[in-house]
Amino acid sequence: MSEKNKKESVMENAEEKVLKPKKRTSLWSLLGTVFFTFVSVAFLAPIFIVLINSFKGKAFINLETFKLPTEQSFVGLQNYTEAITQYDFIKAVGWTVFITVFSVAVILICCSMTAWYITRVQNKLTKFIYLLCVFSMVIPFQMVMFTLSGTADSLHLNTPWGIIIVYLGFGAGLAVFMFCGFVKAIPVEIEEAATIDGCSPISTFFRVVLPMLKPTYISVGILEAMWIWNDFLLPYLVLDIKKYKTISIVIQYMKGSYGRVDMGAIMACLIMAIIPVVVFYLSAQKYIIKGVADGAVKG
Amino acid sequence: MEKTLKKYWPIFLLPTMAAFTIGFIVPFIEGIYLSFCEFTTIRDAKPVGLQNYIEAFKDTTFVDSFKFTTLFAIVTLVLINVLAFLVALALTQKMKGTNLFRTVFFMPNLIGGIVLGYVWQLMFDAIFQKFDTALKLNEVFGFWGLVILICWQQIGYMMIVYIAGLQSIPADIQEAAMIDGANKMQRLFRVTIPNMMPSITICTFLTITNSFKLFDQNLALTAGEPMHKTEMMALNIYDTFYGRVGYEGVGQAKAVVFFAIVVIIGLLQLKLTRNKEVQQ
Repeated sequence: MSEKNKKESVMENAEEKVLKPKKRTSLWSLLGTVFFTFVSVAFLAPIFIVLINSFKGKAFINLETFKLPTEQSFVGLQNYTEAITQYDFIKAVGWTVFITVFSVAVILICCSMTAWYITRVQNKLTKFIYLLCVFSMVIPFQMVMFTLSGTADSLHLNTPWGIIIVYLGFGAGLAVFMFCGFVKAIPVEIEEAATIDGCSPISTFFRVVLPMLKPTYISVGILEAMWIWNDFLLPYLVLDIKKYKTISIVIQYMKGSYGRVDMGAIMACLIMAIIPVVVFYLSAQKYIIKGVADGAVKG
Repeated sequence: MEKTLKKYWPIFLLPTMAAFTIGFIVPFIEGIYLSFCEFTTIRDAKPVGLQNYIEAFKDTTFVDSFKFTTLFAIVTLVLINVLAFLVALALTQKMKGTNLFRTVFFMPNLIGGIVLGYVWQLMFDAIFQKFDTALKLNEVFGFWGLVILICWQQIGYMMIVYIAGLQSIPADIQEAAMIDGANKMQRLFRVTIPNMMPSITICTFLTITNSFKLFDQNLALTAGEPMHKTEMMALNIYDTFYGRVGYEGVGQAKAVVFFAIVVIIGLLQLKLTRNKEVQQ
């Protein structure tokens, strides 16, 4: 990254010398900054509007959506407490965290092992598995949703523990595919040296291959986590939703056509759903951006 | 090493493949089989030949949802990619705050489709209320509402991919073009864009398949209102399965058609743009 930036700045310096006087560039860049500042503010406006509405009384949300809370409409944290007490929002957050963390962990371990195996053992079967994984990536979920929820039900996978297996199965395609791409880049000689030194395949994998794949683990983990955290339809169909709800399911449930719609609690839930994501994003931004770029290049 | 490793397949291969079989292979094959059957659960399937497919194509909401989805995919394909490319170009220039702007533009991407749908529903409801109408009353509003929502969500993602592509173009190619006397426009169209073809392939592929598979946002923002007119294919299939009793077979047939369309479009698109890629 830094090398690329350097290259770029070298290029731009050259550009300045050859093509244009320095003053014009700085004027344009100032205008650019001003322009993008406005665009960024407008870009974030919808989230800000939801935020201010989450502090208003229910009746005021539809009437004066774009106004800041006034003395009349301000209700403090009432919407939040309502969302937490009446709709069990904290529990939903807990299940979402549980499912995301464990599914991603299982996907990372199992799929990296599979990817290493099918890259190093070359035969018809491993080639076929690889192709199946690529194929599964393009399949729309609607193709399998009915049968998958049936299979999951009959195998009693309709719990937050069971759904981990479903996620491993449905997320394996992307993960195996991405890991394969990175395993291919590891020189096989290192692993051979480990084998000669007496490592079994298992210890070769965990002591030699796994540490070298660390950046890939982060990238794949982020892509899978983004998907599982936000997923709605799969947990909605697979989980026993009377007992277990994820964040997306609760929000859809509140808004869905079941009786009166409590706009205040919905606003609070939307904000509480957005906050963890934003915190995670701001603290791991570097890795997320890299994960996305990696995923796109391999995809 | 390969020989010893081979024996370890129960450890390396089995867990993933077992889950893959449960989560993907079995449901997929069952799905194809059931599309030729009449059923309400998987157990009571009776083969009925092509009848489900005939009914699926007779269903005007399904054909309409295909048209709606196609139009949507074309509009978002153009808008998202052009805008994301321009933003990526701008944010790789020398300018203050580019990192902050990148952070802001990417953020909506991490938020779930259901949440985004309701965030925007609040905005649109409030705006349309001022004109005494509503998003759910007019399919044109619904269409453009969805377009705005998806652009807002995905421009940041595509921007990141385009920035990565722009940064991987070697600076010496640009310099060489500059020394040869190419102006800014010529460099953009003759140097930058041809060298960006891999990124363009990926982004167009992702936007098209994302648009075709779109479900959460559609469900949250319009739920197909008014009268199934803003229903995209995925939502139409969902409604057929879970909204109408006795139509499970038709729903599955629609799902198979949907799957075939997604695969064909994906392959076609990859073929079209891959041809234009240049070797660096």
